[in-house]
Amino acid sequence: MMNGMAFRKVKNHLMSFVMLACTLAVLIPLALIFVHIVKMGISSLSIDFFTHIPAPTGEPGGGMANGMLGSLIMIGGASLIGLPIGILGAIYLSEFGGSRMSTTIRFAADVLSGTPSIITGMVAYTLLVVPMKGFSGLAGAVALAMIMIPIVLRTTEEQLKMVPGSLREASLALGVPFWRTSLKVTLRSAMSGVLTGILLAVARIAGETAPLLFTALGNQFWSKNVLQPMAALPLQIFSFAIAPYEDWHKLAWAGALVLVSVMFGLSLTARYFSRSRQAH
Amino acid sequence: MNNKVKLEQVNIHFGKTHAVRDINMSFPENSVTAIIGPSGCGKSTLLRSMNRMHDLVPSARVTGKILVDNGDIYDRGVDPVAIRRRVGMVFQKPNPFPAMSIYDNVIAGYKLNGRLPREEADEIVESCLKRVALWDEVKDRLKSNAMMLSGGQQQRLCIARTIAVKPEVILMDEPASALDPISTLKIEELIEELKERYTIIIVTHNMQQAARVSDYTAFLYMGDLVECGETKKIFTTPEEKRTEDYITGRFG
Repeated sequence: MMNGMAFRKVKNHLMSFVMLACTLAVLIPLALIFVHIVKMGISSLSIDFFTHIPAPTGEPGGGMANGMLGSLIMIGGASLIGLPIGILGAIYLSEFGGSRMSTTIRFAADVLSGTPSIITGMVAYTLLVVPMKGFSGLAGAVALAMIMIPIVLRTTEEQLKMVPGSLREASLALGVPFWRTSLKVTLRSAMSGVLTGILLAVARIAGETAPLLFTALGNQFWSKNVLQPMAALPLQIFSFAIAPYEDWHKLAWAGALVLVSVMFGLSLTARYFSRSRQAH
Repeated sequence: MNNKVKLEQVNIHFGKTHAVRDINMSFPENSVTAIIGPSGCGKSTLLRSMNRMHDLVPSARVTGKILVDNGDIYDRGVDPVAIRRRVGMVFQKPNPFPAMSIYDNVIAGYKLNGRLPREEADEIVESCLKRVALWDEVKDRLKSNAMMLSGGQQQRLCIARTIAVKPEVILMDEPASALDPISTLKIEELIEELKERYTIIIVTHNMQQAARVSDYTAFLYMGDLVECGETKKIFTTPEEKRTEDYITGRFG
């Protein structure tokens, strides 16, 4: 008897250790990346970095302000296009669907979110850059929106499905039309989860580089016109990192640090929203 | 007395399941009618057909006529939303809107459908909460979340929310089955008061409750209406053997 017990205890400890090791295997690379980026990037972070455009080759200083602005504009544009489509589509799938149509949409969304983002960039290139005869921030925003839509669609749909049917019934029984119920009761009840999904989608597209190579192209100067080539933080990191100048490499590290910090912040905010929902 | 709601040859199917069969009965105005019967006999199914809640279930099919004030609510061109404004519903589990305050829950029927002037809203909230005897308990915390209330209070809030939109008929689907005895008593007293203004149809598992609150009782068994009539008569001298067996607790 005692033997069986002792064996079980050993097994228990062994499995606990294996699980701990697996957790560390996930955490260590993250920590290594973060520490390394901070170490390499922190020295180049300055006010200038956030307020200046890249200095001409050979001159010291300069920043990536235009890239950050361009990223903000394109993420904003992608959200303007992607959020309504994603959220309304999710309402359709969760509240009105059930037909073959919704199965098809779901499948399409899953394939789309699995599509390599460089392909998405090529699609936007074909659809917008070629006919408009030029790279543009608009094309970049559309490419990012295409990445965003399936993420928002599926997370929102999952959240809406978790809203208990009794709430929809309560609203309908008060003589509220179904579409109003969907928007004002169902979507509102799922709001914190939907916000989490939106933030994660924003965090995802904020770091996308490949689709922008074919669409926004990048810009060394201030670029506010969405019909012109536009700078973006990940693009700038890319072009600075492959440049042959040491000080540009440093700026690239600083850019990477900013980007990772923003994504870190977005993920933490998303966690906060999903926490506060569980508190109810 | 006027018959507010009348069922003629009502059949309800879910896919291949025939849940409710050939029901003919009527519900007199300003009275309480209880629908009793064992679990799965079709009570709730029948109740939910009376404000077209089955419209949401694609496999559900309702045939026959359900007349409210002699108009068939399943007629072509009848808007289910308009029907639900006249025929309100209180559910088994209290289901206040979790993201809303007590105040907003009472006027939810208006707010979800558009705007409501502040003064009018105040008036509706106060009068409805008074009618469900909740006003004194919550008047100092109208802005706090409705989920802070106890189950019994939540259910009275749901009733307040239902009467706020001025329905003519109130359907109650086992409104007290999730509540403690004291809250149950309060709900029952409330039903007694509400029937002065509304026609109430209540589904209940609890036979004592049916005997206490209702004027008329209908006994449903396996989708068939076995017997209906005045509550006193059903509970003392039922005509059908099955009714007697059920009421005396021999099955169910």
